[in-house]
Amino acid sequence: MRIAAKAPRNTNWKSEKGFTGMRNARQGTSHESRVTSNGSRSSSSWPDEIHRVLAGANVRQVGYVPDSGHARLINLVRADKSMRAIPLTTEEEGVALAVGAWLGGERSVLLMQSSGAGNCINMLGMVNECRVPLLALVTMRGQWGEFNPWQVPMSQATVPSLAAIGVVVQGVDRATEVGETVAAAARLAFSTCRMVAVLISQRVVGAKEFK
Amino acid sequence: MKHKKPILDRRKVVAEILKDRGDALVIPGLGAPTWDTAAAGDHALNFYTWGGMGGAAMIGLGLALAQPRRRVLVITGDGELLMGLGSLATIAVQQPRNLAIVVLDNERYGETGMQETHTRFGVDLAGMAKAAGFRAAGTVFGAAQLKSWVPRLHKQAGPVFAAIKVTTQPAPMILPLREGTAIKHRFREALLGAKAHE
Repeated sequence: MRIAAKAPRNTNWKSEKGFTGMRNARQGTSHESRVTSNGSRSSSSWPDEIHRVLAGANVRQVGYVPDSGHARLINLVRADKSMRAIPLTTEEEGVALAVGAWLGGERSVLLMQSSGAGNCINMLGMVNECRVPLLALVTMRGQWGEFNPWQVPMSQATVPSLAAIGVVVQGVDRATEVGETVAAAARLAFSTCRMVAVLISQRVVGAKEFK
Repeated sequence: MKHKKPILDRRKVVAEILKDRGDALVIPGLGAPTWDTAAAGDHALNFYTWGGMGGAAMIGLGLALAQPRRRVLVITGDGELLMGLGSLATIAVQQPRNLAIVVLDNERYGETGMQETHTRFGVDLAGMAKAAGFRAAGTVFGAAQLKSWVPRLHKQAGPVFAAIKVTTQPAPMILPLREGTAIKHRFREALLGAKAHE
């Protein structure tokens, strides 16, 4: 049996109207909605800005474990022929992927939610030892307006554990500052051969509501 | 299931695989596969790993996607691959035609006291690779079978997977370059030339 040569692309995203519609389509349910810091729907533009920044930085390989906060960005990546979307079974795969990509002369990025940060720690030790540039974009859970108590411990441990293994951690809690923060982090990572994680606040992503 | 005792010598297996390596890029997994690869002859296009257990196959994937015209050979151990089994699924989704993964399967954790791994109890790594969607996957027990697999590892459209059953016979430690940054720079300079430092 042969399977598709590339990860399947979502061909429907362009027909969806805006962020909210697309996210609902992905989740396939209407009982989940999101609130941001001011109670409104989260900004529709920051994932597009990240995509523009990554394209401008010549990022070619995009490893990800899905988070609904990254849903739009993942679809943008899948629709972009200059990038390869690489779904992972666990986040540490993406850390090793980044090493291989860099050895081969390509830039990569790793998308995950905060619970995935803990899965990466030992593999990040290799990246630290080899001084491979690593850019990770982490959408936070267990933080602003969280409902699920099981998300809180890893959320609290995200910054200290990433810092302990040598990652430069940069937080962003306003949608309008996401693009410039990712651009700055990409420059820091690829120009100085460092591990840099941008933590995108749950205030930006929107807290998941269980109704 | 009746256990079949491995008979192949790991050093001879790796030497045979790398004898005509051409311009292949080689990722040895941590522990004995790194010593075996060094014993077959040091090479700038070996990215020796001394850590990051479970990551060798995924390093191979990132490299294979970045360098689609070059053959990428991951040479690792059964314990190392078992720690990153999900990567078989991730690699199968990407279908890199230039990637081959070799597991030197001695059914033991060799660096920590020769404790048995899951493969000693019948876990079939090649079966898992095949089920994940590798184009070719097999388990190699004997010398004649190895001889037919070596060209497949270098030329057959990937992803290709071979679990090669090897003995627990200890081999002398051959320790290659150790510092991660030095291994990385040497590899990138050999592969990318001046672009390695852009």
